[in-house]
Amino acid sequence: MDLINTTIMGPLIPLGQIASGWDFVIALLIGIAFGFILEASGFSSSRNITGVFYGYNFVVLRVFLTAVVVAMIGLLYFNYMGWIDLNLIYVVPTYINSMVIGSVLMGLGFILGGFCPGTSYTGIAIGKIDAMVFTGGLFLGIFLFSELFPALESFYYGDSLGSATIEDVFGISNEKFSFIFVIIAIIVFYVTWLIEKRVRKTVNPYKFE
Amino acid sequence: MDTVSKEKSIPKYINPYFGGVLLGLLLLVTFYITGRGLGASGAVKSAVVSTVEKIAPVHAEESTYYSKFISTDHSPMFNWLVFESIGVFIGGLLSGVLFGRVKKLRVEHSPKITSKTRIIAAGLGGILFGFGSQLGRGCSSGAALSGTAAFSFGGLLVMVVLFGSGYVFAYFFRKLWI
Repeated sequence: MDLINTTIMGPLIPLGQIASGWDFVIALLIGIAFGFILEASGFSSSRNITGVFYGYNFVVLRVFLTAVVVAMIGLLYFNYMGWIDLNLIYVVPTYINSMVIGSVLMGLGFILGGFCPGTSYTGIAIGKIDAMVFTGGLFLGIFLFSELFPALESFYYGDSLGSATIEDVFGISNEKFSFIFVIIAIIVFYVTWLIEKRVRKTVNPYKFE
Repeated sequence: MDTVSKEKSIPKYINPYFGGVLLGLLLLVTFYITGRGLGASGAVKSAVVSTVEKIAPVHAEESTYYSKFISTDHSPMFNWLVFESIGVFIGGLLSGVLFGRVKKLRVEHSPKITSKTRIIAAGLGGILFGFGSQLGRGCSSGAALSGTAAFSFGGLLVMVVLFGSGYVFAYFFRKLWI
């Protein structure tokens, strides 16, 4: 299939379009852009982030859902135009029990710590000691998990759905799912905007640091 | 450690929808180039594997978990996500410098709690998040954001349960924040 002369088919690295020596340069550049966007959006502040759970600041929800919508539709568009082979895109595998319990622990860690891993790196970058401690905690938590792995192994691998897509599980096409997702996102943006306006009348203005 | 001044300071953050569009485009470009999305917790995992391998090489090789990430030809730190995460730090620093948020070391916390309480909660939160990210096959970046955008059922599951449980737990820990 040497038909592609005008556009270079993606994904580039899995298809061998980029020499592998560039991997880490690309990783660093993508990381810099990622960190810049996270910090500039206000994710280097834990009090800013947790506003999403108390209604005084929904910035996390806005950034997150907008990003999913843009990337999702972008992937479909790239696939439709023949610029990317969607079948080569990595699908996070599903292990129901392990992922549900893991996400509950992450939800608890999120509300206690006020950061998630990526945002804590940007918190460190601007001098937050709490972000450093959070990242130290991540190290300890992953170490604990690794040491306990023999006892957790069957749970960790249990209930596997393999690389299940949303289509596999719900039987709705990617196009339909992304359409529904956009509608939900718009409703969520509107409702949370209303909630935020109300909550900000009662919650004392907080100082960002 | 820090004093809460009376003045209300609102830092200059970019519009969240604009930030979201930028993040979405970056994620799309990342998929286009690498075939995988963004990630964050993977870098700390590499650091853990690397540390254990240095201190207790036999233990690391015998472990069914560490050994998954140990290769004979390069260090576990020579990993895509490690370089990406170093980039996240640099990018955060650049933005912080640009918007004037890089300041002396400090603890940010609600005026209702002490710095010490905040530090303990942050440490515990990190431990739980780290542990959970291994069970979840990634954190909010790798599983929830990148997974959902690539139509992974597991990614959607992590996104819904992570944020959903956050709302449930938020009530019990509201004193930490409001």
